[in-house]
Amino acid sequence: MCLGIPMQIRRIDGNVAEAALSGTTRPVYLDILGEEVRVGDYVIVHAGFAIHKIDEREAGETLDLFREAGILDLDSGTDHGVH
Amino acid sequence: MEYIDRYRDPESIERLVAQIRAISRKQAKLMEVCGTHTVTIGRNGIREILPRHISLISGPGCPVCVTPVEAIDRAVALAQKQDVTIATFGDLIRVPGSETTLLRQRGEGADIRIVYSAYDALHLAQEDGGRQVVFLGIGFETTAPTVAAVIRRAKETGVRNFAVLSMHKVLPPALMALVESPQLGIDGFICPGHVTTIIGIEPYETIADDFHVPCVVAGFEPLDVLEAVGLLVRQIEMGEARVEIQYRRGVSPDGNPKARAVMEEVFEPCDSVWRGFGLLPKSGLRISDSYADFDATRKYEIAPVNPREPEGCICGDILRGLRQPPDCPLFQTTCRPDSPVGACMVSSEGTCAAYYKYYRR
Ligand code: SF4
Repeated sequence: MCLGIPMQIRRIDGNVAEAALSGTTRPVYLDILGEEVRVGDYVIVHAGFAIHKIDEREAGETLDLFREAGILDLDSGTDHGVH
Repeated sequence: MEYIDRYRDPESIERLVAQIRAISRKQAKLMEVCGTHTVTIGRNGIREILPRHISLISGPGCPVCVTPVEAIDRAVALAQKQDVTIATFGDLIRVPGSETTLLRQRGEGADIRIVYSAYDALHLAQEDGGRQVVFLGIGFETTAPTVAAVIRRAKETGVRNFAVLSMHKVLPPALMALVESPQLGIDGFICPGHVTTIIGIEPYETIADDFHVPCVVAGFEPLDVLEAVGLLVRQIEMGEARVEIQYRRGVSPDGNPKARAVMEEVFEPCDSVWRGFGLLPKSGLRISDSYADFDATRKYEIAPVNPREPEGCICGDILRGLRQPPDCPLFQTTCRPDSPVGACMVSSEGTCAAYYKYYRR
């Protein structure tokens, strides 16, 4: 039940957006979203609320890492650490 | 979302597994805290493709499962009141209380509606001013801010026939209870992506620094979970214990401050009983005094209950990672998703339900 689903914003009307996922659309509330969003952006939706704007750049970077699959190289410190 | 498909790419999965195999020497017991991770692991056979000395055990990450019998009993008592409409997320209505379930109460005439968001519950109240609507607030830090936002909206708009029975829980105290329990011996945590989206990584730092248990925040696709396992294994092999974020597309290190602010405005921490864990200090959220009008526990007399756990069910041990579903004599015999004996078989993210679906013998 803590599932969060990535959806794309199609329309914004005050604190409610219409967001789409593979053909179906749903109202998504923006009350607790910290970031500004625009039509076309992706957000993670949980229990009807957008909780995070998906950072496409980060998504792309993770994918690049997966593609290279060099991420477990013990010698080359990657930038995964956060402190 | 075509990029999601790429997080399921079989070739990358194989390469990642090969790399884990190449670096992994030590025994490692990793706990996936979140029920959604349990499902990803089961569905994609991740346990089976990892080296044998890496074990993945499931933790207390399903809110429906950790909600204790007495809380279900209170919800049932509310549902039995004449003028009350209960609004709830679907899973909860099938969880056995001491005597009955909400689903059975509905069969006997109680007005119980399944909603998709807490806003749906508020809208029910607004549409029919004659009904008292009580939303059953359940979930961790991912859900609690959504409910808080709706309670705040109810106050702003002067709705009087809406209340919330808050059964929300916060995860860090349960993780602390787990690392403090010596018999378990967890070597690393796969931390829940979307809870961390809200709370940020700070709460895990004590676990890494003081208990020397590495924590990696993971996303929910197979490659996410495997990468998190790889990062944990790498730390374990190097004798390190840090907090890392694998799920960078969904989590920023400081979380979502706006969500936390509304949660802190509407709720305050309280001691709370978890199935299997008992009373954990400051692990629950109750409605604060300024929103008392929306607190179902203050609005209604709820008769005290004498909670009774389902006989033979070992959910409590499963939630603490001490035993696995096949250790339960009722697993897949008397207890099945269509006739759950215990809470862990109800939600699709419950450990027993996930094992039933993916590891049935
Ligand atoms: S199999 Fe059923 S009875 Fe056994 S622990 Fe799981 S939920 Fe409880």
